[in-house]
Amino acid sequence: MLLQVQDIHTYYGLSHILFGVSLEVDRGECVCLVGRNGAGKTTTFKSIMGLAAPRTGAVLWKGQPIQGNPPFAIARSGIGFVPEERAIFPDLTVWENLDVAHKLGTDGRSPWTVERVYEIFPRLEERKNQMGGTLSGGEQQMLTIARTLMGNPDLLLLDEPSEGLAPLIVDAIGELVLQLKQEDVTILLAEQNLHFSLAVSERAYVIDDGRIQFSGTTAELEAHPEIIQKYLAV
Amino acid sequence: MDTFVIQLLGGLSKGMILFVLASGLSLIFGVMRVINFAHGSLYMLGAFLAATVGAQFLGMGPSGFFLMLLLVPLIVALVGIVMETTLFRRIYTKEHLLQLLLTYGLTLLLSDVVRMIWGGEYRTLRQPDFLRGGFEIVGRKFPIYGLFVLIIGPLLALGLWYLLNRTRWGRIIRAAVANPDMVSALGINVRLVMTGVFALGCFLAGLGGALVAGQSAVGLGMDVNIIVEAFAVVVVGGLGSFGGALLGALLIGIILSFGILVWPGGAQLLPFAAMALVLIARPWGLLGRPER
Ligand SMILES: Nc1ncnc2c1ncn2[C@@H]1O[C@H](COP(=O)(O)OP(=O)(O)O)[C@@H](O)[C@H]1O
Ligand SMILES: [Mg+2]
Repeated sequence: MLLQVQDIHTYYGLSHILFGVSLEVDRGECVCLVGRNGAGKTTTFKSIMGLAAPRTGAVLWKGQPIQGNPPFAIARSGIGFVPEERAIFPDLTVWENLDVAHKLGTDGRSPWTVERVYEIFPRLEERKNQMGGTLSGGEQQMLTIARTLMGNPDLLLLDEPSEGLAPLIVDAIGELVLQLKQEDVTILLAEQNLHFSLAVSERAYVIDDGRIQFSGTTAELEAHPEIIQKYLAV
Repeated sequence: MDTFVIQLLGGLSKGMILFVLASGLSLIFGVMRVINFAHGSLYMLGAFLAATVGAQFLGMGPSGFFLMLLLVPLIVALVGIVMETTLFRRIYTKEHLLQLLLTYGLTLLLSDVVRMIWGGEYRTLRQPDFLRGGFEIVGRKFPIYGLFVLIIGPLLALGLWYLLNRTRWGRIIRAAVANPDMVSALGINVRLVMTGVFALGCFLAGLGGALVAGQSAVGLGMDVNIIVEAFAVVVVGGLGSFGGALLGALLIGIILSFGILVWPGGAQLLPFAAMALVLIARPWGLLGRPER
């Protein structure tokens, strides 16, 4: 297993948010973590990333515990985080946003370069000298993903890439995720958008109220409309 | 006319020293969100070091002087690194009052340290021969050293601009200003970046002190005077804005310089008047941006 999250409990100050979340991702998989707004998806990602360290439980990365490590060390060990709020650097140009994020992969190689990123996101090349803050929502989403790819991660944590985007752009992002899968990027995807998640992933976890309520293949999830109704219908 | 030119040159020269101070203050605030009131103390430390230890280098001629201008700020930067790793690091996420107390406490502490080491009397740094005397302009004399500061200032501004905008290190600093958590999630040790930025800020404070030692008397109390002016500069220009530090420094320098002519008794108050005006009209400063 590439990533194993084992029974983690995460708090923000006094508020208890995650109640024993466990999940696994293997190399080459695309797994989704679906749940309503406020279910605990982002908190799970932040727990993995060290941005909100779990109080109990373990996060094993390639078999080694990483919970409690600082975020930069976790990133260097090969986990790339694409945050929901995008958090592009508004006063850096598109190229600068990509350049600050560049690092070698854990194998010492760098399959992702600015040139390769531009190949996949031609829009970013057109806008390379523009400030990040002036991009449209869809372009910012592409830039966030591209920026994280520049770190050559072994696993990509994609937090709600479809959020707030027009349907046409959501489709484009979906295409992109499929393309990344072809590039052998392992992906853990957090989404409220079930349709989008099912289209790109093989396995799914349903989270609600800080607890995993279902885990199985996407086909199994589709075969359980009552689960979808209970935890995912709006 | 001649008075105008001389005062303008004097004001710009003073502004350059203020810029060296304010750019460090602003840089540290930009990344760590802490206003370091001890910045003026580090400037004073730099001035005392220049007037005592640094004076030993002057026998070597121009190269000795430039060596001094490098070594003194480096020592101050080292002091800064010690302060950052032992004290400041603990308060970045704390409330402003606590930050204020710590940096103000450090001001008192450093002032006593300087007094213990060098005593209370005023000192001067003998200007190196190649910068001594004055030159004639519009029929009046202007000190060569003042001109030297006028040249160093823009060069330094250019160098800092280059560092911030044209190097990877600078890009990382600017990214950390916007979102330190995101920078660390990209695999960059932001804590190290912060120590580096703090050290650079302290280097600039020390450089300001070393430069000023060749121009005016070095004594206790210069820490408070300069921090108040530098604070006015960053408020006028916009805290955290590099261009703002330059613009604010030149403005305050000129205001002080002409203020002395117009209102000798109250010139010290003018920077505050400028600060108050800016705070009313544009609370985030001339080139700053409203807080997120
Ligand atoms: N910084 C925070 N402090 C306190 N509570 C938070 C914070 N961030 C999120 N929460 C709460 O934690 C719960 C889970 O949030 P989150 O993980 O962001 O959910 P999701 O990403 O699934 O929408 C929500 O109830 C939310 O209100
Ligand atoms: Mg979320």
